[in-house]
Amino acid sequence: MSIGITTYGVYIPRYRIRVEEIARVWGDDPNDIKKGLGVFEKSVPDRDEDTATIAVEAARSALQRSGLAGVDIGAIYVGSESHPYAVKPTATIVAEAIRATPELMAADYEFACKAGTAALQTCLGLVAADYIKYGMAIGADTAQGAPADALEYTAAAGGAAYVVGKSHVIAEIEDTYSFTTDTFDFWRRQGQQYPKHGGRFTGEPGYFKHVLAGARGLLHKTRSKPEDFDFAVFHQPNGKFPRKVASTLGFSQQQVKQGLVVEKLGNAYSGSSLIGLASVLDVAEPGSRIFMTSFGSGAGSDSFTFRVTEEIGKIQDKAPSVAELLAAPIYLDYAIYAKHKNKIVL
Amino acid sequence: MNVPRFCREIPSRYNLIGTKCENCDTYYFPPRRVCITCRRKGVIREYQFEGSGKVVTHTTIYSAPENFSKMTPYVLAIVELDEGPKLTAQIVCDPSEVKIGMRVKSVFRKLGEEGPDGVIYYGTKFIPA
Amino acid sequence: MREVAIVGLGCTKFGEMWDKSFRDLFIEAGLMALEDAGMSGAQVEALYGGNMSSGIFIQQEHVGALIADYSGLISNNVPSTRVEAACASGGLALRSGIIAVASEYHDIVISAGIEKMTDIGAEKAMDALAAAADREWEAAVGATFPGLYAMMARAHMHEFGTTREQLAQVAVKNHYHGSMNPRAQFRNRITIDSVISSPLVADPLRLFDCSPITDGAAAVVLVPAERAREFTDTPIYVKAASQASDTISLHDRRSLTSIDATTVAADRAFKTARLERSNIDVAEVHDCFTIAEIMAIEDLRFFEKGRGGPATLAGDTAIGGKIPINTSGGLKACGHPVGATGIKQAVEIAEQLRGDAGKRQVEGAEIGLTHNVGGTGGTVVVHILAR
Repeated sequence: MSIGITTYGVYIPRYRIRVEEIARVWGDDPNDIKKGLGVFEKSVPDRDEDTATIAVEAARSALQRSGLAGVDIGAIYVGSESHPYAVKPTATIVAEAIRATPELMAADYEFACKAGTAALQTCLGLVAADYIKYGMAIGADTAQGAPADALEYTAAAGGAAYVVGKSHVIAEIEDTYSFTTDTFDFWRRQGQQYPKHGGRFTGEPGYFKHVLAGARGLLHKTRSKPEDFDFAVFHQPNGKFPRKVASTLGFSQQQVKQGLVVEKLGNAYSGSSLIGLASVLDVAEPGSRIFMTSFGSGAGSDSFTFRVTEEIGKIQDKAPSVAELLAAPIYLDYAIYAKHKNKIVL
Repeated sequence: MNVPRFCREIPSRYNLIGTKCENCDTYYFPPRRVCITCRRKGVIREYQFEGSGKVVTHTTIYSAPENFSKMTPYVLAIVELDEGPKLTAQIVCDPSEVKIGMRVKSVFRKLGEEGPDGVIYYGTKFIPA
Repeated sequence: MREVAIVGLGCTKFGEMWDKSFRDLFIEAGLMALEDAGMSGAQVEALYGGNMSSGIFIQQEHVGALIADYSGLISNNVPSTRVEAACASGGLALRSGIIAVASEYHDIVISAGIEKMTDIGAEKAMDALAAAADREWEAAVGATFPGLYAMMARAHMHEFGTTREQLAQVAVKNHYHGSMNPRAQFRNRITIDSVISSPLVADPLRLFDCSPITDGAAAVVLVPAERAREFTDTPIYVKAASQASDTISLHDRRSLTSIDATTVAADRAFKTARLERSNIDVAEVHDCFTIAEIMAIEDLRFFEKGRGGPATLAGDTAIGGKIPINTSGGLKACGHPVGATGIKQAVEIAEQLRGDAGKRQVEGAEIGLTHNVGGTGGTVVVHILAR
């Protein structure tokens, strides 16, 4: 019996800020930034949105897309590095807001940008072992970047929810593989508002080492080659890194294109690769094969291969697509953006 | 609003759970435990509202008490749900966007918080549909 | 039931009384009323005190005992009762006192009202007032009092074409009346322009559409009508004291452009008094916001529904007009110390009927009406008084 994704849902706030506007404030050349990062604008949460509200909207969208009700969900794991509470789960808020309580497993995950895919693996294991029928994995963030830090150009808001189960599977999860080391490329200490990072150390020793090793590990494990896949999704902290790993691994830019949402979304951290995957599922056809590798600083990567089933066509248009969620944004200036992000301490 | 008081109403605040009198087919939100028509003859059952409706009247709040003062200006409206009952709620939109008769649907948002170290209150607001 | 008369009037100056405490205010109003009735405190048999929110405004409850105590009436151990119905607390204290005398339970009763609002900040005061709405389903989602009335104003403008200028004229007229009232918080005259250019509070209502935060107290002495002449040459007779309730939340009302409880309470009052609307010479109505006065004069049936705005703009409700409304300056200009307002309205009407209203006297006024609203219309109290 196959096991895989039975439904998915995405939420992206309506607001955006352009690279030009942030660059204007800090005296950077916007063209250098756009060229260097491959990002043109990023999403910004509303003043009354946080990781919990984004996770709830994504979860509700996933249920709306399918015939499932909250009561069918046996586990909810929410991955984020911006949980509204340091202690008090986001998962319980989501569970209550989709009426999945009280008979369910629930917890919050944190593993920088890959906590959402870690949640996906947990659900996969629980469903595979028949502990639960359906598990919901969510990656959502309202990512923080300190004012004037390079991260500020990309740290975005958004989330995606995936339900893993054995019936009505729209994309079979063929295999998964993780690569983990203890690496200090990016961190946020307890009680600190903004993260710190190792600058250029986040590149080769962080992102590239783990994404390449993880992707190669899964290709090896599944005895596949890049050309066996129709789509490839990589964690996208900017527009350059995922393109570079794709070509290093031998994937074409064509395979990467549909899943590359960072240019208009920014880096939604735990939501990043999962929103990229959703963008692929929005257009995938039965039989399509998808390769995905997430990355989380600290550091590790989770790789997956998916095979899309006949069921996909039944649910693709039942909830807003990523393209729809990225359309018709409201642009903010830096001052209002700063208010939305609580950068002005009131 | 303190914690136990807020928690008690979470089903209604998060999911628009109200009631319906099966005896006279009247829907209630906020929920009522006594039907105003049938009183003790009423048969009250829980009912989850679909979350869509229309704006009956509205205002934009520029001056708000402490808990809401950081959010001003915000749009407040009386929304008539498709099932019939009306409720007071915030509409997440630009003040110039809201109109009497405008269709709206429910969303999950932060209502407020008890300062930086207190609990966060989540609940239902509406957006233009 | 026996007829009741008002034989003593007392009212403090209304305003921001920084040097006066809650106690100072009720003592001043109470003594003034006793003095006016030529009566000794020892004769008082019961006290009813209207107060909305001493618990929030001055962190003091149990103000029934406090009032009796500091008024020097504790040696008699008089029964003293605090009465609360939000902004209608004063009106309800008056009605409670009237019922006590009418039922022959007591002979001499003081009904008073008081609010000391300025000991806390404006944001906290706003929150205290929001408690008159449904805390769970209005205030908790961000509704404010001006916001709720603003939604009524919006609906009224939409349904009847009531204009921004008509709303503004209520404030202009009430400031004009207030300019002639030595007790009024605001005695300055204002213009339509100054109202419609004042800051937005809750669109479409602006700062000058709103009654202020006020300290003040008022008291009246009630006795059986047959004993009235023992205390005064100008007794004012209570022709009706009626009250009606409606849903606490605005969203649950039948209409957003009428306060039904006003119409019901008025109908009951006119029936009891065996009088017609046309018999009323002067009225104090609840103008916590400008839209509230327009709805009040319509719902009291002084004007047809939807004609309140045009009538106001035409001057029908000013002194010298068809039916002078809020000669005291109303809540808008005289001030709105919440619990005191209902009693102040009775003091104003009684002064008018006695012919003691000075520059703002309505010539030949014989019968007057008071209209006091709690919250957005969950409680309405209407009194008809006659000389």
